[in-house]
Amino acid sequence: MTLLETINLKKSFGENVVVNDVSFNVDDGEVVSLVGPNGAGKTSLVNLLSAYLTPDHGQILFKGRDITSLSVSERIKIGIARSFQIANLFDELSALDNISLSISARSGKTYTFLSLADRDTGVQNEAGNILSLFGLDDKSNIPAKELAQGERKLLDVAVAYALKPSFLFLDEPTSGVSTRDKAKIMDTISSAVRNEGVTAAIIEHDMDIVFKYSDRIVVIADGRIIADGPPENIRDDKDVISVIMGSQGNEV
Amino acid sequence: MDIFILQVLNALFYASILYLIASGFTLIFGVMGIANMAHGSFYAVGAFVTAWSLGFLQSRGVEPWLLVFFLPLGAIAVAILGMLIEPILLRPFYQRAHEYQLLLTFGVLLIIEDGIQMIFGSDPLLVDMVIAPFGSLQIFSFRYPNYNFVVIGTGLVTAFLLWALMYRSRFGVVLRATSQDMRMASAMGINVGKVYVLAFGIGSFLAGLGGAIIVPTQTAVVGMGLEALIIAFVVVAVGGIGSQLGALIGALLVALVRTAGVHFVPEIELAVLFLIAVGVLLWRPTGLLGNAP
Amino acid sequence: MIIKIGAIKNVAQSKLFVISLLIALVLGALPFILGTYQTLLLAYGLIFAIAGLGFNLLLGYTGLLSFGHAAFFGVGAYAVAFAARDLGIKNMELLLLTGILSTFFLSVIFGIFCSGLTRIFFAIMCLALSQVVWVLSNKLYSITGGSDGMSVKWPSILWFDEYSGSGAFHRFIFDYYYYVLVIFCIMVTLMWLLCHSPFGKVLQAIRDNETRAQFVGINIKKCRFISFVISGSLTGLAGTLWVPLTGHITPESLHWPFSGEILFLTLLGGFQNFSGPIIGGIAFTYLKAYAVASTPYWQFVLGVALLLIVIAMPRGIVGLFSSLIARFTSRSERG
Repeated sequence: MTLLETINLKKSFGENVVVNDVSFNVDDGEVVSLVGPNGAGKTSLVNLLSAYLTPDHGQILFKGRDITSLSVSERIKIGIARSFQIANLFDELSALDNISLSISARSGKTYTFLSLADRDTGVQNEAGNILSLFGLDDKSNIPAKELAQGERKLLDVAVAYALKPSFLFLDEPTSGVSTRDKAKIMDTISSAVRNEGVTAAIIEHDMDIVFKYSDRIVVIADGRIIADGPPENIRDDKDVISVIMGSQGNEV
Repeated sequence: MDIFILQVLNALFYASILYLIASGFTLIFGVMGIANMAHGSFYAVGAFVTAWSLGFLQSRGVEPWLLVFFLPLGAIAVAILGMLIEPILLRPFYQRAHEYQLLLTFGVLLIIEDGIQMIFGSDPLLVDMVIAPFGSLQIFSFRYPNYNFVVIGTGLVTAFLLWALMYRSRFGVVLRATSQDMRMASAMGINVGKVYVLAFGIGSFLAGLGGAIIVPTQTAVVGMGLEALIIAFVVVAVGGIGSQLGALIGALLVALVRTAGVHFVPEIELAVLFLIAVGVLLWRPTGLLGNAP
Repeated sequence: MIIKIGAIKNVAQSKLFVISLLIALVLGALPFILGTYQTLLLAYGLIFAIAGLGFNLLLGYTGLLSFGHAAFFGVGAYAVAFAARDLGIKNMELLLLTGILSTFFLSVIFGIFCSGLTRIFFAIMCLALSQVVWVLSNKLYSITGGSDGMSVKWPSILWFDEYSGSGAFHRFIFDYYYYVLVIFCIMVTLMWLLCHSPFGKVLQAIRDNETRAQFVGINIKKCRFISFVISGSLTGLAGTLWVPLTGHITPESLHWPFSGEILFLTLLGGFQNFSGPIIGGIAFTYLKAYAVASTPYWQFVLGVALLLIVIAMPRGIVGLFSSLIARFTSRSERG
């Protein structure tokens, strides 16, 4: 069943067309990777889908409903969440509070004024469970700003995960993380996502990770989709690989 | 008709002073992101230093036409003050939350406001003797002092010089680079410390100049700096904080509104002024010519 | 693991409760030791602590610097003066109600204008709005008495009669101190709960990272608005409590330098701590009282004090002491 669908999505900044006529869809329960050279428009696409940007043209459908004009918070309500390329956290709050914030926002507890947040055992326990799921249970009382880079990226994903979305966008969850930790992070994310049956779209540069963890790969270059298929097909397509790898050469 | 022309001239006169104060404020904010709370007090210091020095020189027998050349003393004094305050007081706090800079300059404001009283006493100072040598101009039925044209001209010349400095000089390139990205500028080999102290010095000089050239027409009184600060806030809020053209347009608008306000609704003209600032902030939070935050 | 953390928090919270209770008891006993003047000063201190608590909900917890809080304080005070003069109300409870309602409405109006803005734009908007109120209070002298202001008589408190005759001043100050102390304790408790409630966490989240707050589904503007209204109303309550003590209100307490004083006291105590503005309010009252008494240049003294605070203890009095205590305890644990 199609969960998310885009129709002729387009976005430009002045002369620069960053997302050009993109139509694709994601099925329920799929883990899709978005790959392509830097500046190909992957993050812009995710920004459009999460309402961080408004498209100039085109439509976004979620569960068959047109959500193009919905705001960030409205999209979160219907179950679309995202993480960020550069860890985007509540720096002064503890890791546990970062998660509990998502949970209480999700469960409509934002406007609870006169009861102690840390006495809400329901929220606290759930937040604790999510922290353990992401292997951060020993960091629960540490302010987010004092966490290591890899831990911050994990927490960033965990904050989005705690919203219990049906669709989760992950913008380079392993960037800025040492190669050693990349697999660990992806294992964690992948098992969390698959256990809950969450549909995910991941932007990723590391092709080993992409081939290992995704059900399907969408290749984007110059704002357009140039290939779309299961990992084995993409791996064998030399032209596509050279576009992707060429970009990584440039990156270095 | 006569009154209309007179009012327009008065508005231009007032706009010139406002522009001098606001352009310095907006320059400092644009380059180093500091909302200098003591900026109005700098203006007051410029007025008091000029008034006191001219009074002193006159008592020593210096001719009025010669005194004119000593008007900029106040501006120079304030520039020196600013170039001491920036490196000593503000520089250690650039890495900290911007509340600290606000507080430090607020502390400077309190010190200067009382410092003026300690040094110059609380009697108002006036040096109107420098107006007479300029003579006056007959416009229809009234005579308008030529000195006021000098003030208007000073504003115009300053606007031109600032534009030339920002967009036609090497220092302007450095200044703009630093204001856009201090770390990048530093990495490119720009001496950011030097740029900051100069920018703060120029900004302070402009405020001091405003005070120095107004003091022949208005007495230097305790508290003048506080009012100037608040009006400067309104000017930059309307024009767009950090924008030099915004400061010019904001100064003209505020001067016109106040002149018209004093004429038509004298009781609440200040309220009208603040409401205009509120309106602009609601409509365009970054001011008429400000960049998006 | 989770239960253990919960237990640690419970211990810390009960410790805090005991300490607060002890402080409240000491504050309750002080008037018996202090003279009338010192009691009066302490009452002022508690009132400014309430004003600072309100202000810091915005600055410390929501990350918004208001430069117009004098408007709430002043309007709270003027509301009392009007109610006493024009409606003949002598009862403090009714005066309080009038003050709170007036500042509540004012905060709602200001909040509508301000809650869409941040940073310096927010500060200038607050400033401009409060200056409008200040101009009006000056110019509408047929109603407000202009720059001469209005005087306010001692109200009656609860069931106590009006204060007159010999020793009235002493009795009024003594009774009023307790009145202020009770309200102070209630407000501190409520604000402590608020700051540690889910909503308090939401405010801190918005302060830390507006974008992410939006992306967990928080309605930022609405939360800022609510925070603004609570903050303004609380500072207004302080103004309401303040005016019967001074007996006089002038536009000075609506003017922006007074907003600067509220900012000053909050930073003096430390805006990164819940208790910062409380300590700051009391410390500021004494600092100002002694500076004013000892020199005509008290602003100069305050200015120097401000510079010293920022340079020597940027986290305020509370921050300084908590780091001293932390250093001391870690040393004693080691040794």
